[in-house]
Amino acid sequence: MSDMTLKPQGDREIVVVRAFNAPRDLVFDAFSKPELVKRWMLGTDGWSMPVCTIDFRVGGKGRYEWKSPDGQHGMALSSEFVEIERPARIVHKEVFDGTPQPVESTITSTFAETAGCTTVTMVIRYPTAQVRDFMLKSGMEHGMGQSFQRLAGIVEKT
Amino acid sequence: MNLDRTFAALADPTRRAILARLSLGEASVNELAEPFAMSQPAISKHIKVLELAGLVSRGRDAQRRPCRLETQPLADANTWLEHHRAVFEARFERLDGLLEELKAERAKRKPTPKGARK
Repeated sequence: MSDMTLKPQGDREIVVVRAFNAPRDLVFDAFSKPELVKRWMLGTDGWSMPVCTIDFRVGGKGRYEWKSPDGQHGMALSSEFVEIERPARIVHKEVFDGTPQPVESTITSTFAETAGCTTVTMVIRYPTAQVRDFMLKSGMEHGMGQSFQRLAGIVEKT
Repeated sequence: MNLDRTFAALADPTRRAILARLSLGEASVNELAEPFAMSQPAISKHIKVLELAGLVSRGRDAQRRPCRLETQPLADANTWLEHHRAVFEARFERLDGLLEELKAERAKRKPTPKGARK
């Protein structure tokens, strides 16, 4: 039940699927109410989420800010809701802060319930096939990412 | 850190092959062009892209201007990607816990009609 799958779809998308042992209206709330989002959408290693504002309506904006435990590093993104179909579907756009040319991805999240268990499917659409392909090949599938890390390791030794 | 530029530069197989070659040591544009069925200007174009992404730097030697691999952007990109996947997994595990809490709260508020019906 807790296995996350991650696979390519078409040339610009990545699909993340994960099942949760809860009815879908609760899962939908956990994805859309800021006081709940704030409790799970954190980073790893103690990163906190001091800012989480969500104006949950079509055309409404969201703002998410994370801080590292020592407060030295931060990460932030802005979002805008495109479609809301409670409790089945959310479409939103996301832009991370600090990218010189803003790279906007569109995320379609669907919530399907079977026997009290909700499968969340997130389709992440990247602006270009190149960005998507690199995401898949390198980090997410542990292929090239590791070979590049090895490559970096080799060079550092020489 | 300019990840877009790094990803775009790495998306091309020729450019990845150039980086793999440079991981063995610095090389001139001519030396880099040799193993590829490509003109020197075509290779130069790829090197320019890698340079702009900070993945390759050029030496001062006016004649050869050897290319060398810069590893920092690769390390940054890799760290970012690994982090991304780990973040997804950790978040979903935390969400599992939160959903259990929400279910328990709901059960407390409304005694289950299932039990009443039986």
